[in-house]
Amino acid sequence: MAPISTRIFSTPKPIAAPLGFTAVLERLAWMAGSLLALAVLWQLIAVYVQNKYLPTPITVFDVLWRESASGDLWINTSATLARVAVAFVVSMFIGTAIGLALGRFKTADKFFDAWLILFLNLPALVTITLCYIWFGLTDIAAITAVALNKIPNVAVNMREGARSLSKDLDEMAKIYKFGWWKTLRHVTLPQLAPFFAASARSGLSLVWKIVLVVEAFGRSSGVGYRLSIAFQEFDVSTILAYALAFILIVQAIEFLLLQPLQARVSAWRR
Amino acid sequence: MASLNVANREIVSGAAPISVSVHRKVFPPVGDRPAQLVLKDISFEVSPRSFLVITGPSGCGKSTLLNIMAGLDRDYDGSVDLGPARDRLAFIFQTPRLLPWRTVYENISLALPDGDPRQSRIAAMLERVGLGQAMNAYPERLSLGMQRRAALARGFILEPEILLMDEPFVSLDEQTAQSLRDLLLELWHSHPTTVIFVTHDRTEAIQLGTRILRLAPGKASVMQDVTIDLTEAQRHDRAAVLAEQNRIFAA
Repeated sequence: MAPISTRIFSTPKPIAAPLGFTAVLERLAWMAGSLLALAVLWQLIAVYVQNKYLPTPITVFDVLWRESASGDLWINTSATLARVAVAFVVSMFIGTAIGLALGRFKTADKFFDAWLILFLNLPALVTITLCYIWFGLTDIAAITAVALNKIPNVAVNMREGARSLSKDLDEMAKIYKFGWWKTLRHVTLPQLAPFFAASARSGLSLVWKIVLVVEAFGRSSGVGYRLSIAFQEFDVSTILAYALAFILIVQAIEFLLLQPLQARVSAWRR
Repeated sequence: MASLNVANREIVSGAAPISVSVHRKVFPPVGDRPAQLVLKDISFEVSPRSFLVITGPSGCGKSTLLNIMAGLDRDYDGSVDLGPARDRLAFIFQTPRLLPWRTVYENISLALPDGDPRQSRIAAMLERVGLGQAMNAYPERLSLGMQRRAALARGFILEPEILLMDEPFVSLDEQTAQSLRDLLLELWHSHPTTVIFVTHDRTEAIQLGTRILRLAPGKASVMQDVTIDLTEAQRHDRAAVLAEQNRIFAA
């Protein structure tokens, strides 16, 4: 009977616990060291192979600098980030709504479960081509395609969250006359927060990868578009330069936005 | 607002007793398990400001009866009339049921209606239940005994007209349970209210109640209805409690 809350709340543990300052420094030092080692290894191999399709890291940084100076890097990454942001918000919103509804209403869940499995396993390439064919080569089609890939993931996660909502706390809220707004804010949403955070983190990485594919296929701006041009020219340095830039941006969002947010919502945990 | 509520309470206390009458309560079949009759022909009245203990072996329907009275379970044959007390009801559950992501203070504050003055009132209440230092702690960082104190504070801060309690002191060591029982009596004396307290612990029943309702095992109906006449001092006297326990439960 003693571990009451652990019994009632089967929420997933946060992936990254809040770290102390020295722990953060140590982690950063390890990361920097290991990335530097990778760059050195890459440089050595590139110098040894002497092939134009395997540029040295120094060449890649050179290209990154050139693209940045010309403004292309910023135009393309901002176009991509805007699409990522819209697709992310749309799919989190719709996915959450669907997931909560399925977690709440058993009949709906039984009926739509098969649909969910179908959409979960639909290849991204299929939704992308179909969206472009049906809706034309527009941003709306692009974002729809990305959202269709992400929504089922969010829905499955949030359905799990809605299923594990505590009936005990619901009764408590009823007895103490919380009303719908106080119940939502203080009882329901905090229970869903870990599921939402997990969806958001896995969601961001999936969405930006698919956005690049969508851009390569049918847009004339964005990192994906720039990569497809570079591919036509077999310009490996540009491909690597853009990949590098985007990894840095997504990592920054993860470190500066998502992780602190997750640490904040799980501050109450023992 | 606070003074108005107190005035209301005075009016309410003169009202008719609470009356409960459950003809049939059946749990529907689940999977292989057939439908189960939980309560049958139970009816009783509770006079205002009394302390009724409902006792009986586990599985005899005590908690179900309490849930019906609280309005949490509406699927039964019968009627429950709490009168105007209905609007000032508090329930202290078998588990503390605090929101783990809100501090002790916030948990108690949330139970108060919006707009009610709270800060000094909550601070005073927490001081009374011995949680003055733990006001800003998250519940999971407290011991179970302290969590139960917070649940008591949440129940009493409403100055309820009727207080339902479902084995609120189980799974505590005897010493902690005893100190919580003392605290409950103290709160009850300074804030008289109708208490309906469910327990399977006979000693606890005698120590706390002014009246005991024993439910029969299996039959899911009332077996015995007795009044307990013990003075405050006698309730803290082991021998007196034991004698009363023998008198009642021997029957």
